[in-house]
Amino acid sequence: MLKAKNKTGLVFFPAFDWAIDPIHPEREERLLYTQDQVAEEGIFDIEGIIEFKPDIVTKDDIRRTHFCVPDEKTVTTESHLISAGGAVSIAKAVMEKKIETGFALVRPPGHHSMRITHGGRGFCHINMEAIMVEYIRSEYGIKRVAIVDTDCHHGDGTNNIFWHDPNVLFISMHQDGRTMYPGSGFPNELGGPNAIGTNLNIPLPPGTSAEGYLYLMENTVMPAIEDFKPDIIVNSAGQDNHYTDPLTNMNFSAQGYADLTTMLKPDIAVLEGGYSIEGALPYVNLGIILAMAGLDYSGVIEPDFNPEKLRQSQLITDKIKSTSEQINKSFQNREELREKAGKHGEIQQKTREIYYDTDNLYERQNEKIRVCRDCGGTLEINSKATPGQHILAIHIPHQACDECIEAGYDIFDKADTEKYDNIFLQDRPKDIYKIKEK
Amino acid sequence: MQNTFKLFNKFYFSKYYRKNSMIIGLDVGGTHTDVVLLSGKGFIKRVKVPTDPSDLFNTVLTGITELLINIAPEKIEKIILSTTLTTNAVIQQNVNPVGVIVSSGPGINPEFFGTDEHYYIVKGAIDHRGRETQKINEREIEDVAEKLKKAGIEYVAVVGKFSVRNPSHEILIKRILSKHFKKIFMGHNVSGNLNFPRRISTAHLNAAVYSMHKEFFTAVKESLDKKGITAPIQVLKADGGTMSLDASIEFPAQTVLSGPAASIVGAIPHAEENKDTLVLDIGGTTTDIAILVNKTPILEPVGMRRGIYKSLIRSLKTYSKGIGGDSFVKVQDGNLVIGPERRGSAMAFGGSDPTPTDAIVYLGIMDSGDKELAGRGIAQIADQLNISRDNAANQILKTTCKIIVDQSMKMVERINKKPVYTVHEFMEGYKIKPERILLLGGPAKYFAHQIKEISGIETRAVPLSSVANAIGAALARTTCEVSLIADTEQGIATIHEEDYAEPISKSYTEDDAMETAYTILKEKALSLGASEDELEEVEVIEFQEFNIVRNFSPKGKIFRMKIQIKPGLAHGYEKMKFETTGLNN
Repeated sequence: MLKAKNKTGLVFFPAFDWAIDPIHPEREERLLYTQDQVAEEGIFDIEGIIEFKPDIVTKDDIRRTHFCVPDEKTVTTESHLISAGGAVSIAKAVMEKKIETGFALVRPPGHHSMRITHGGRGFCHINMEAIMVEYIRSEYGIKRVAIVDTDCHHGDGTNNIFWHDPNVLFISMHQDGRTMYPGSGFPNELGGPNAIGTNLNIPLPPGTSAEGYLYLMENTVMPAIEDFKPDIIVNSAGQDNHYTDPLTNMNFSAQGYADLTTMLKPDIAVLEGGYSIEGALPYVNLGIILAMAGLDYSGVIEPDFNPEKLRQSQLITDKIKSTSEQINKSFQNREELREKAGKHGEIQQKTREIYYDTDNLYERQNEKIRVCRDCGGTLEINSKATPGQHILAIHIPHQACDECIEAGYDIFDKADTEKYDNIFLQDRPKDIYKIKEK
Repeated sequence: MQNTFKLFNKFYFSKYYRKNSMIIGLDVGGTHTDVVLLSGKGFIKRVKVPTDPSDLFNTVLTGITELLINIAPEKIEKIILSTTLTTNAVIQQNVNPVGVIVSSGPGINPEFFGTDEHYYIVKGAIDHRGRETQKINEREIEDVAEKLKKAGIEYVAVVGKFSVRNPSHEILIKRILSKHFKKIFMGHNVSGNLNFPRRISTAHLNAAVYSMHKEFFTAVKESLDKKGITAPIQVLKADGGTMSLDASIEFPAQTVLSGPAASIVGAIPHAEENKDTLVLDIGGTTTDIAILVNKTPILEPVGMRRGIYKSLIRSLKTYSKGIGGDSFVKVQDGNLVIGPERRGSAMAFGGSDPTPTDAIVYLGIMDSGDKELAGRGIAQIADQLNISRDNAANQILKTTCKIIVDQSMKMVERINKKPVYTVHEFMEGYKIKPERILLLGGPAKYFAHQIKEISGIETRAVPLSSVANAIGAALARTTCEVSLIADTEQGIATIHEEDYAEPISKSYTEDDAMETAYTILKEKALSLGASEDELEEVEVIEFQEFNIVRNFSPKGKIFRMKIQIKPGLAHGYEKMKFETTGLNN
């Protein structure tokens, strides 16, 4: 009789009736073969593995994380709400100690969705992990969270959402942005002035194999997590690092993913990308599930697995080592770097353009952050999408200090409704969301 | 998900031609065996004989013989038997040792699913789409055959992972083995459902009970023949449907736990159309809970499970709770505790400890039984709770009914919370909402009033509730299901559990899938002994259609369809009259 060492929850929401378009890689049957493999293995008959039905997130759940433009209903479909709800239902079960660890195998994915979302980017409309994290911070008083994004693409949405948040350690391991969408996620991207060093971006050279991933886990990711001491560890479990993935150029394997999961011991894992739906996903997902449950996964090997062919070059090994050292140094010096980044109370500005590949629109942002030594700092974003709306969004962070709360409301009150299509305020300490009336 | 649609209404006429023939339903229970005689008009007769677990053959024969005193055997149209033969064999583990050969490929270590020392893991692998990823090593199979033969093994189960996607490895292994063994059972034939560990346990069970089951039913048939009873014999399955005796010999495992299914089918005549009904079979030790949606019982999604035993056997969904008329009642920390322990019969019937039955006897709800003895039991409880006897008896009755109602509602909730895999089902999925409760079993009618009070749902005991099981067996129709997979990229449609495959073109549609699935389902049903008019009760259980996309261009489609002849009443017997009574209970 098989029994899981760790009581493990699974949410399976393959959304068999939802796709962006009929031949899109993020499509209906993406999880079909995974479901077949999981069913054939009899996973749900194993004592200590429990299947949960996903929740559906509400407008209010989304508003803790996003500014949806023009509104939540326009940006999302039911499938997005259930996908995020799947992450939330796993998180709830973990928080209520029904399970020790859990995995939401849901689609569509979400890690490219930023705080402001005018539509779809990189197949994502809303960010499931961020919505889930904000949910447990509000409902269960969780303070410190580590999110490790192991998708092959830089988790730029999650990175953006927690960029100024010193209480969330966000680590992304991904294929080098010079060779891959979305083109960001370099080691010098360490977070805003209030949160330098709690954002770690680890670009990997194309061709990296399990050896490289596990080296980084051991030498950079795990030490950072140990130092940060999170209350909870979240894994954005993208599976497109696999050697058969059609969109990427990496050499990771099901065994590698399972080993990584064993090292990371995530409380909550959420599926992100992964488009080799026949050759990778059935095996990788099975490996991750067994690893989370503490069961033997040594037999989970792709039929065409050939470690000799997947071996990474010495050049890659050396490159990864130097990246690791560089990031470790930044992390260790984070206090010092924060001190240098700005003076308490000063406002720093940044302008940038964001392209939404899925919905084909451009967004221009001007972001102002209040440098603060007591909290994450109030954030003001002036955003205009073409085609789309021009909005002003004010974010008062979780555990904000009084000065920052006051500053946030001051901006909101003074903002001119004539200049914008919409003015939004996210007050995380009070858990409210305001839309300024015209 | 359950899109019901009726096909071929032309068969409706035949129900009018059944009125003069009779059917026998027999259900072997743990302590006694119930046998009933029914006609199209209604209930005719019943007998109850004690069950001798060590000689079920005699039990069955005695029951039928007693029933047919003064009845002309040629009037019998069919006999449906529900026995505990295989169930007992599983519980007592006194099954034949059989060989099991599995080929698994990537995944969980198949050592975990080992049956006994005659379990062999061999090379060979098929992937989730049915593609061969590792070949069978024929030499290795020959070696295993030698070892099994040396160990005196006669029957072998051959099971491959994903064999329901491609059974060629199982077929090849069977071919190599067939000259060495009496009979080989292949995993893909037991069910179209995915679940490798359950496929192993189910194929193993078929092999293990095969010879015992065959001997038993062959003996029953011969004995009945001698008595001039030549009506076809059908055997009840765990899904509440019947199959012919011949078919049961090929798949004896399907007869496991047919008893609870018999009772549920027995409640169907009393359920209302378009309403959800809870069926509670209240026995001495346990209460079995089941649900009817529009007169159709709900099935287990993957297969029968009982405790740690999990299988791919098609089965009605039942939940068994250890509470019944003879449950032991005690006071613990100032609270009433009822069940799951049973210490014997009620004090009113000579037992030594108080039970819910004593409460209903004491309260005068039930006429039989010794009221004074019952009162002694109630007094024990009353003293411990420091309340009056009337109050104690009422509390025992209420608590018993409350436990039963709570457990029923929890089962409904569990079913309603079952995960779904499409946005449509998530938003629009069917939610069970019971509007009627039907009670079965000996003490059922005495609990009806209180269960109604507690649940707020219209409740009644079915007429003849103590033989509802045998009536259910008698009335059951033949059921079966088939699972079709069509893959236009590979150009093939298959129903592997029926060893069916046909080439298809790129323009294959849902209608084509339905036509093929229905044709094969019909053939299967007829071979199981269905009458033509039962073939209209077809229901699509599952349908999925997907594009296969490679390098951003569509390469074909996958269709998956599962259809069944759903469990329910045989035609011609839907409008029977049961209110014959005086015989109730």
